[in-house]
Amino acid sequence: MRWNRGEAILADATATANPSGGFWHRLANPARFQRLAGWLTPWLAAAAVGLFAAGLYFGLYASPIDYQQKDNVRIMYVHVPAAWLAMMSYSTLAIAGFVLLVWRHPLADVAGVAAAPVGAAFTFLALVTGAIWGQPTWGTWWVWDARLTSVLILFFLFLGYIALRNAFDEPERAAKAAAILGLVGAVNLPIIKFSVDWWNTLHQPASVTRLGTPAIDPAMLRPLMLMAGAYMCLFTVLVLVRMRLELTRRRIDALQSARAGAIE
Amino acid sequence: MTDGFFAMGGYAVYVWSSYGVVALVLIGVTLWTVLAFRRAKADLRALEAIAPRRRRRDTKESGHAQS
Repeated sequence: MRWNRGEAILADATATANPSGGFWHRLANPARFQRLAGWLTPWLAAAAVGLFAAGLYFGLYASPIDYQQKDNVRIMYVHVPAAWLAMMSYSTLAIAGFVLLVWRHPLADVAGVAAAPVGAAFTFLALVTGAIWGQPTWGTWWVWDARLTSVLILFFLFLGYIALRNAFDEPERAAKAAAILGLVGAVNLPIIKFSVDWWNTLHQPASVTRLGTPAIDPAMLRPLMLMAGAYMCLFTVLVLVRMRLELTRRRIDALQSARAGAIE
Repeated sequence: MTDGFFAMGGYAVYVWSSYGVVALVLIGVTLWTVLAFRRAKADLRALEAIAPRRRRRDTKESGHAQS
């Protein structure tokens, strides 16, 4: 019963989509999306494995130690990309929310549902590896400064999105409420990004994404970028598989309620 | 050599625990996702195996009523 209306939206959008129309309209057909995602997944998974292998080799072994932090700097290669992916995951929720509210694209809600737990995982990793890095570097696991607090809020936004998405019986309302939260929560993203410039903090400012040349040794930039690429591929694989999972679940629910209706 | 590698210049606890928690969480999320997708696909196949039989019976019944 739960997904009846969701399926209806899905079928409706597919029917009204211009058959010769653009890429996004054709993607609105879940079967086409399933096929494309199914084709992409093994390639991206293989890329993730390769990038992880190279990233771990350079990150843990074939990269120089920092003159101050020594080997402790290696935590950067798992921490910084996790924080990037946390932001990217939330951007996905915000964009999905926008697309759902403006164009009512049926896959937007599916993408949000799929990306939220993956984003929560990456945010959790950014927080935990940050704490582990903070202890030997700053002498503390945690400070309530702007950067750390805003990332903690990001983590709660992911959990809130998941909870809100599951709080309604009516999937249409759940999708809309979650989309609004995803969109409104996006104000946190520039706060996280610029928190190190706007407020005093223990956290160091951006060294890779600043304008001009990155303030980081190329030998350290290499494992950082390899791990970022690995995280990105894994994120995409997980979101694509979770989108297919969500579509499969909706189909199961639709079939089950159709059966329940037939028996009555 | 290997001793030096695993010792991480005295930062072994911090370096290995951060890489460990990353491995644990990422492998965990991947397994959870893959297993859930497999289970859902199996459930759907099972459902679809039942559904057409019932539909055929339905059309037969309606045809019978009409004649």
